[in-house]
Amino acid sequence: MTLINLANPSRVLRLSTLSLPWLTAATFLAFAVAGVQAWLAPDDYQQGATVKIMFIHVPAAWLGVFCWVLMSVAALGTLVWRHPVADVAAKAAAPIGAAFTLMCLVTGALWGRPMWGAYWVWDARLTSVLVLFLMYLAVIALWRTIEDPTRAARAVAVFTLVGALNIPIIKFSVDWWNTLHQGASVLRLGGSSIHQSILVPLLAMVVAFTLLFLTLHLAAMRNEILRRRLRTMLMMQAAAT
Amino acid sequence: MTPLAALLLRDTRLALRIGGGAFIGVLFFLMLVMLVPFAIGPDLALLARIGPAILWLGALLASLLGLDRLLATDHEDGSFDLILMARTPLELAVAAKALAHWVTIGLPLVIAAPLLGILLNLGPRAIGSVALTLLAGTPALTYIGLIGAALTVALRRGGLLIAVLVLPLNIPVLIFGVTASNAAMTGPVPFGAPFGILCALSLMSIVLGPFAAAIALRQGLD
Repeated sequence: MTLINLANPSRVLRLSTLSLPWLTAATFLAFAVAGVQAWLAPDDYQQGATVKIMFIHVPAAWLGVFCWVLMSVAALGTLVWRHPVADVAAKAAAPIGAAFTLMCLVTGALWGRPMWGAYWVWDARLTSVLVLFLMYLAVIALWRTIEDPTRAARAVAVFTLVGALNIPIIKFSVDWWNTLHQGASVLRLGGSSIHQSILVPLLAMVVAFTLLFLTLHLAAMRNEILRRRLRTMLMMQAAAT
Repeated sequence: MTPLAALLLRDTRLALRIGGGAFIGVLFFLMLVMLVPFAIGPDLALLARIGPAILWLGALLASLLGLDRLLATDHEDGSFDLILMARTPLELAVAAKALAHWVTIGLPLVIAAPLLGILLNLGPRAIGSVALTLLAGTPALTYIGLIGAALTVALRRGGLLIAVLVLPLNIPVLIFGVTASNAAMTGPVPFGAPFGILCALSLMSIVLGPFAAAIALRQGLD
């Protein structure tokens, strides 16, 4: 099943009808497993049980960034290859990415209050993630303002690609600037610096969150395809009278 | 005269003659700078400390206002189709338009900034550094704004949407501009490093902006 096969919206609808129940079941199962592991994970010697906010904060952050990367790939698909379903993927992904980024910011603030003494600091990582959240909202606004979805898709694609410059800034902000935020401790040269007992539940939660994202995204893509069909039918009906 | 020079001259003349150009931009800048002491009280020491930030914010917002006139007026009266059909590459044409926009709207803000700095009790060193960083940073504001203007060129009510699109992209320019100005005032952080990054951002946006705008215009108008 190559990407060109997915250029047919009806095929996407059929695929999603077949796979959504399985994906949903897999998501529930992954959350059950990851949840149990997170529950059983040891407390940090310094932070106590508060460290478990990390099991929500880090996957949410990862997915917020991953979603923008997915939207950038979809943007390339729209602009370069004129893939018909790429813009459906991008439009469906934007609100989900915004929600995950907001979850990251809020859980981070709740974690920062006991750890750093402040809900919010203006350091490089927090500011760049806040900028990412603003860009998600800008994309959603752009989708809603331009009425024709195909033309909106191209404008959003250009903006998504320009905004993709923020992603390396987010990733490397903890290296480039003096920051209060934790440095890179999972994806770094030399391997992870977190102990197995916390790293394994963290990765399990990342898998569970990613499955959740894929489920929500596929469902949203279905809705968007059906919404566009509805719009076309309404327009044809209005033109026929 | 080459077509590009003619386009540049035309845009400069239009921006200077039609209302809503340089003069109104500077007036808006003045009013913003005046509002801040009314809002926070006339504490001169405080104003001197946050003066560079106020001037930078004022310049940013004033340059945002002129953006929907950058491309939309040409789209409305049909001259944009002529520009698209010409042999001059679209990237160069929009770069020339943005240059005219900067010369007529951005540069007056830079010239007005020292006078407004006096209103905010800034010393000569601070005024100099703010003016220098604005000179280096306002091209970035214009060329990044060009991207927002190109994305919303066909919308009739696009004004606030341009601001929503362009402000997240302008945040790094603002951060480095204010850091450089403050560094010249207070001192331990050297002026050169943030100023260099600010210049780099400007140069990058002068290249990136026209390309992104041209893609957006070609895609959005067919």
